[in-house]
Amino acid sequence: MEIDPFIFRLSIFILSIFIGYYVVWSVTPSLHTPLMSVTNAISSVIIVGAIIAGLAGDSESIFNTSSIFGFLAISLAAINIFGGFLVTQRMLAMYKKKKKDK
Amino acid sequence: MLSANLSAIFYLISGVLFILALRGLSSPETSRQGNFFGILGMIIAITVTFLSIGNFSTGFVVVLIFLLVGGLIGAFIAYKIPMTAMPELVAGFHSLVGLAAVFVAIAAFLNPGAFNLGSPGNIKLGSLIEMSIGAAVGAITFSGSIIAFLKLQGIMSGSPITFKGQHPLNALILISIIVLTYLLCSSQSSNLFWILLAISFLIGFLLIIPIGGADMPVVISMLNSYSGWAAAGIGFTLENTALIITGALVGSSGAILSYIMCKGMNRSFFNVILGGFGATEQSSSSQNKEQRPVKSGNADDAAFLMKNASSVIIVPGYGMAVAQAQHALREMVDTLKKNDIKVSYAIHPVAGRMPGHMNVLLAEANVPYDEVFELEEINNDFANADVAFVIGANDVTNPVAKTDPQSPIYGMPVLDVEKCKSVLFVKRSLSPGYAGIDNDLFYKENTLMLFADAKKMTEDITKNL
Repeated sequence: MEIDPFIFRLSIFILSIFIGYYVVWSVTPSLHTPLMSVTNAISSVIIVGAIIAGLAGDSESIFNTSSIFGFLAISLAAINIFGGFLVTQRMLAMYKKKKKDK
Repeated sequence: MLSANLSAIFYLISGVLFILALRGLSSPETSRQGNFFGILGMIIAITVTFLSIGNFSTGFVVVLIFLLVGGLIGAFIAYKIPMTAMPELVAGFHSLVGLAAVFVAIAAFLNPGAFNLGSPGNIKLGSLIEMSIGAAVGAITFSGSIIAFLKLQGIMSGSPITFKGQHPLNALILISIIVLTYLLCSSQSSNLFWILLAISFLIGFLLIIPIGGADMPVVISMLNSYSGWAAAGIGFTLENTALIITGALVGSSGAILSYIMCKGMNRSFFNVILGGFGATEQSSSSQNKEQRPVKSGNADDAAFLMKNASSVIIVPGYGMAVAQAQHALREMVDTLKKNDIKVSYAIHPVAGRMPGHMNVLLAEANVPYDEVFELEEINNDFANADVAFVIGANDVTNPVAKTDPQSPIYGMPVLDVEKCKSVLFVKRSLSPGYAGIDNDLFYKENTLMLFADAKKMTEDITKNL
């Protein structure tokens, strides 16, 4: 009997949870706020699904109920992607080390 | 047009880049590079999606327009937002991820053909289950984050809203979500899909309203986790590795942060979620306590104490963020350092309204991060320090947590501020903190209360130094 491809995706999912567990425990507590903003940005990779939905309109009209939801989701996810990465960048740029004493 | 196998490989690469993005945050030096990996992963994922669809007609232009509009709004917000408003921003962003997940699920439900999931009314069973889970969790994330946002902004009162039968009602709704998902999968009825979405939005609101303002660090982390699980659910529907990996990463990241926050308050996760902590009944009981003598002083006294100290530990809290006192504080510290006084900062895990909130504010005020310490790193140093300067923190310094088993915060890890030779406590009044309990520290021999706005007091001290 063949293995359902779902099982492979489930394996990726479970292993990624473990990767996430170990990677996040190694994040220094002082960077927990940037951690939240960057996880925000990367979870917006959901834009991939929004793009598929947006481009699924038929040849006569690119707008149908499904594609309109897709377009809206693209904008929402884009706010998060740009906003999330840029605000993380802005925060990380502020973390400076003590200047060496002369 | 990109082959399905090739695009799957690229999605895997972008998933790995997201892992590296989080890995980079293990230290401030590598963090900027990590953020770059994250951006790269996102660019790869989006480009591959366009190439694998291979449709560059008018639809493509419309997609780009929506992408740019969103991007511009996001970039504008990212540059304008003050660092003190970071908790609100993150809550707002969570709500957007949740809503985007809901919209993608709706689009997939209405036009399953576009996603290779079958035809309307005849969607593959597995995909329908995944889609419903993604949509329900997304809807909960959305409405929950909206409430969190309103509470953090102060538009909605931060005090817990509780009513009779709240928990049975929530339990009932959660059960009906499961039943509805089951019915939806057996009937494929679109009406059930809309009802499922509606009650998921509702439960999101109901779950967050009983949780008080100072429990927001837990709530935000929890919603962070939910947004990850929603993304993973959609990732299964779309059979997209990048989304599955990311969803799992974000989901476990949020869960770990919630755990750390709960531990910082010595409360169980369920205790926080069920809410009602610090509700009005507790604060009223503190009013009939007898008046105890406190020593209060002014900026001059504080400056005198600090000038004669050789080491000072600063304990910032949410009040510092509210008063926007971080820059004034840095200036005060600069003056102290000029007088050869050793200064360090002590941060409690739940100081502020989100994990790491104080660290970002201090970084914004140009405080080097190697002067800022976590509770475990610095707690032993209080005994050897001359002055502890508590600015905007309260419950996290309360010695009652160590001495009185009756206290609601008993067992919570606290900063051993009272071990310092003298304690300066900046506060507007003697009112109890969020937990509704009196802080014994106010009445200690070696405590000097400075009743004033945090920012103004800090500036006055600097003038007197």
